[in-house]
Amino acid sequence: MTMSLPKKLIFYTLLTISAIVLFFPIVYAFLISFMTGPELMQGKFLPESFHLDNYIKVFDRLPLLNYLLNSFIVSAGVMLGQLAVCSLAAYAFVFIPFKGRDFVFFLFISTMMIPWEATMIPNFFIIQNLNWLNTYQGLTLPFFALAFGTFLLRQHFKTIPKELHEAAQVAGLGPFAFFRRVVLPVSKTSLVTLGAYGFLTTWNMYLWPLLVTTNDSVRTVQIGLKQLQSQEVATDWGVVMAGVIVVIIPTLLLLFLGQKQLQKGLTQGALK
Amino acid sequence: MKKVELIDVSKSYDRQKDVISNINVTIEPGEFFVLVGPSGCGKSTMLRMIAGLEEITGGTLKIGEKTANRLPPSKRDLSMVFQNYALYPHLTVEENITFGLDVKKVPKADRKKRALDTAEMLGLTDYLKRKPRELSGGQRQRVALARAIVSEAPICLMDEPLSNLDAKLRAHMRSEIRRIQKRLGITMIYVTHDQVEAMTMGDRIMILHSGKIQQIGSPIEIYNHPANPFVATFIGSPPMNLAAADVRKEASLLVLANGTEIVMPKGSLDEIAEERVTLGIRPEFLMPPVTGEGLPVFDAEVTNVEVLGHETVFSFVAGEGEWTAKWNGQWQIQPGDRIPIAVDTGSACLFSLEDGRLIRKAADRQRTVTKEGAAL
Ligand SMILES: Nc1ncnc2c1ncn2[C@@H]1O[C@H](COP(=O)(O)OP(=O)(O)OP(=O)(O)O)[C@@H](O)[C@H]1O
Ligand SMILES: [Mg+2]
Repeated sequence: MTMSLPKKLIFYTLLTISAIVLFFPIVYAFLISFMTGPELMQGKFLPESFHLDNYIKVFDRLPLLNYLLNSFIVSAGVMLGQLAVCSLAAYAFVFIPFKGRDFVFFLFISTMMIPWEATMIPNFFIIQNLNWLNTYQGLTLPFFALAFGTFLLRQHFKTIPKELHEAAQVAGLGPFAFFRRVVLPVSKTSLVTLGAYGFLTTWNMYLWPLLVTTNDSVRTVQIGLKQLQSQEVATDWGVVMAGVIVVIIPTLLLLFLGQKQLQKGLTQGALK
Repeated sequence: MKKVELIDVSKSYDRQKDVISNINVTIEPGEFFVLVGPSGCGKSTMLRMIAGLEEITGGTLKIGEKTANRLPPSKRDLSMVFQNYALYPHLTVEENITFGLDVKKVPKADRKKRALDTAEMLGLTDYLKRKPRELSGGQRQRVALARAIVSEAPICLMDEPLSNLDAKLRAHMRSEIRRIQKRLGITMIYVTHDQVEAMTMGDRIMILHSGKIQQIGSPIEIYNHPANPFVATFIGSPPMNLAAADVRKEASLLVLANGTEIVMPKGSLDEIAEERVTLGIRPEFLMPPVTGEGLPVFDAEVTNVEVLGHETVFSFVAGEGEWTAKWNGQWQIQPGDRIPIAVDTGSACLFSLEDGRLIRKAADRQRTVTKEGAAL
């Protein structure tokens, strides 16, 4: 794409401004994480020196590594679960003809309109009655069936030519083998997109882990951070922000690594 | 080697109108069976029913001795080349070729060897490591062919497998496919709308039109004795000339709409009950009077001339429309000329005007035709 210079200037100015606005909280959090209490009180923007005291304190005060591990297990679990459930459901909606398929699909999709919070209470009771409070399955299982993910994958699967399915049938491939050996590899970009999406949303989840964890055993990092805030009489924000930065790092890493695939997958799903 | 038998097979997509009806045919083991017909006549549909990809809505399909109506495609033991290739986009050419073998648990070394042999046969050796999207249309088509051939299934279905190749490669592939088929003894069912392919490759041809069988027979039989005007004009290039004609039995004459009179061999019209028939005659049997000595001659006005070097093709007014004649050599004819044309009436076909049935066969013309005609 070529643009005239003035147009380019305006374009980039606007982009820079919005980038700064968007990124400011994170940058500020990053800077605060190096400040001491008094420094913060003075309302300074830049810390006097970059020292890691706050970071050491966070790891001291909280079992942060433990929380990070928990978060990682839960996020990865939800991601894998979502990929498995959504891809299988999408496969059924695309490749297995059955009566009322479209109706069932739209019913399924319509659950996207129900906010998750509305189903939280029944979900909580189920988990409680199963005695799954403070367990990984309690944290992950309710998120496996994802209407959005099924929709995304269905859209991609629909772009697979019918003849490919037929050729596989003639070659003697069963439905599951076709799913595993043709459908999944062909839909790699969409799967990566959905995986990243699932991982990040779970990583950032707050309300549900708060409800179903009552002790440290499987508590995730977002809840752990919250503890920092309320434990003290006067919150040491420098320490909190140090914790926040530690928590953000995996998210950013994932974003940088998966950016290209993510973009491709999202637009592909949107176009067709 | 297995035979394929279709008994009263019909197909309807919407449960109202049949796109294919009353198909009765037995394809013999090891036979090269060609399905031809114009676009949309139901060739692919029929092939897909045999493959098990399309439900058969009426009749019985037998593969080998077994009824196969409800058999899933994977149990039918056949291979197929799709009209639009259907290559796996995420696999390399080699993996595409071996995919089916892999599924059938052929040992690895064997798999590799068969893939390489087939690739070499089809000129794909240089592309084995490429992905399908990095190939040209013709190369993709060859990969699709390789995939079918390598499986060595007893029945092979091909849906217009050569449509994207250039003339030279197509001619090469025609003989190559034919050779492979004979060597492996595969029962081949081959769909095409190219009549050259049909004529040169097929042991037998089936001509379909709007989902109905028009004729089944060997290529020469179909060329010489087309069962109806549709077949007559579909096979042969330029197509057979047709015109409605009045029958004058007593004079053994056929009179076209524009008054042209064609003298038929004596007695040849005796058994014809109709007053009016469709006369059909191939362009090569409208001859220069010199070559067709002794044959009845009529005068006609030329409308268009094409000199092709080895032959001259021209059209002239006959009946309500135009006919085409094909003369050997280069002839100095101008549009507008009135020239005499000899008719090899022994080679004329007569079709019923109502239902298009063949009512008078042309004489067999295995080189003796001219003599026979000259004698009359
Ligand atoms: N899935 C379908 N649903 C409804 N009608 C169909 C379907 N597939 C094909 N048809 C119709 O059936 C008829 C035969 O189609 P078919 O694909 O068999 O033609 P074909 O002989 O293979 O033509 P071509 O030479 O163009 O490939 C056509 O009139 C087509 O419109
Ligand atoms: Mg077709």
